[in-house]
Amino acid sequence: MNLPGLKGNFIQQSMELKKTPLHEVHARLGARFTSFAGWQMPVKYSGEVEEHRVVRSSCGLFDISHLGQVEVSGPGALGAVQRLTTNNATALDDGQCQYTLLCNPEGGVLDDCVVYRFSFKRFLFCVNAVNTCKVFKWISENCPDNVKVEDRSASYVLLSLQGPASARVLGGLSAVEPTSIKHFRFLETTVAKVKAVVSRTGYTGEDGFELYIAPGKAERVWQALLEAGRNQRLLPCGLSARDSLRLDMAYPLYGNELGEKTTPIEAGLKNFIKLDTNFIGKEALQRQSSRGVEKKLVGFEMIDRGIARAGYRITKDGKTVGEVTSGSFSPTLRRAIALGYVEEDLSAPGTEIEVEVRQRALKALVMKTPFYIRPVSEAAV
Amino acid sequence: MDFPKDLKYTKEHEWVREEDGSVVVGITDHAQDSLGDIVFVELPQEGAAVTKDEPFGVVESVKAVSDLYSPVTGTVTEVNDAIVDSPEAINEDPYGDAWMIRVEMGNPPEATEFLTAEEYQQYIEEEK
Repeated sequence: MNLPGLKGNFIQQSMELKKTPLHEVHARLGARFTSFAGWQMPVKYSGEVEEHRVVRSSCGLFDISHLGQVEVSGPGALGAVQRLTTNNATALDDGQCQYTLLCNPEGGVLDDCVVYRFSFKRFLFCVNAVNTCKVFKWISENCPDNVKVEDRSASYVLLSLQGPASARVLGGLSAVEPTSIKHFRFLETTVAKVKAVVSRTGYTGEDGFELYIAPGKAERVWQALLEAGRNQRLLPCGLSARDSLRLDMAYPLYGNELGEKTTPIEAGLKNFIKLDTNFIGKEALQRQSSRGVEKKLVGFEMIDRGIARAGYRITKDGKTVGEVTSGSFSPTLRRAIALGYVEEDLSAPGTEIEVEVRQRALKALVMKTPFYIRPVSEAAV
Repeated sequence: MDFPKDLKYTKEHEWVREEDGSVVVGITDHAQDSLGDIVFVELPQEGAAVTKDEPFGVVESVKAVSDLYSPVTGTVTEVNDAIVDSPEAINEDPYGDAWMIRVEMGNPPEATEFLTAEEYQQYIEEEK
């Protein structure tokens, strides 16, 4: 059998891979590493399934410093951000952030990201690791002279604290009460007496906080959070759990569901496209919106025994009608779930499709998404 | 890491226990550790024919799919259905409860190619 973890533990070319400032901390915790987007990242610590479940039941702590940060500042910053992104940046207040997309003139997705408004003349994009260079270049080329664009990725360690116990864990360490930070809002405060930008955001579907910290002080914050989380059942979690948690929520991952050949309309992200604003790619998306799409991203679950994986063919009555973009076995739902593009007329929930797994056509069912609905009692205030 | 001395091994990270012309097959502690949490296993039916070094099934972790290669040529006489419903047993007890198939050997000289525990351990060291 091929053991996927094997080479990952002994990465020969590790001098070419970037490491986060907390790399040694993760190694001491017994993390296994994988290479992702040019980074050597913890993929798991205690176990992929346990880490996924602990985020849903109590709390998990992730180092996601591989993500990029691009700062856009100057008198023309708001206008530039508005022109570059599909969502309505002018609706943001200071201390508010939003999920948005950067498109090319054809409406293809260059990146999906969260943009933070510090002030009308200072914005920060948090972007996918794999796109940091591309996005920095794209924004730089598409900003007027009165706007400064800086790659600030090296200035931040980014930690993500996710789970129903996250506010309790953070509460003992932060200068502000975490629940006072509302959903998709952020502020500058201190955590374990270290300056941090704390946002009420995440990629797991649970309540959570993302912390932007100066690299030199980040270990102190990491250790303080682990210590504070000791009697709340907090575990460090890696990229495997991060991926399986977002799959439960049917959140797209750039490189799987999103790419330059897919539009946000095809990906089901119409809520984040404001066609009454002006942005690069608007005309193409407007045309597609009136014409209709040919393919749509759907979530589905396996009916026959088997797991759908990225790249597997989707068929209907023997004819190829699409492709799986992400798929696994959900540790929470205990079912095989997946995302994939199918022909538009097969995209309604309840539609039966097949997935080709090792030359057999296994039955699957298109579902409403997200697959996982957080229990109401744990809902964030 | 466990390498029971009373078992034999293959370079495909399977263990075999020889019993009167048949072998019981599973995956090693090293294999389950490298794969991570196992969430799915596909095994052949009783009566299925298997061929040495050809896939007889699949084991899947959260992240990846891995083929299981048969250490011998022969016929499957027993399948451990319990692990099909509880694949996590493969992580918990790879040499005991999580045996996978029993194969009646069609070509007994194939058994001379099995590795001893020391040879398997050395093989893993060299692979690194």
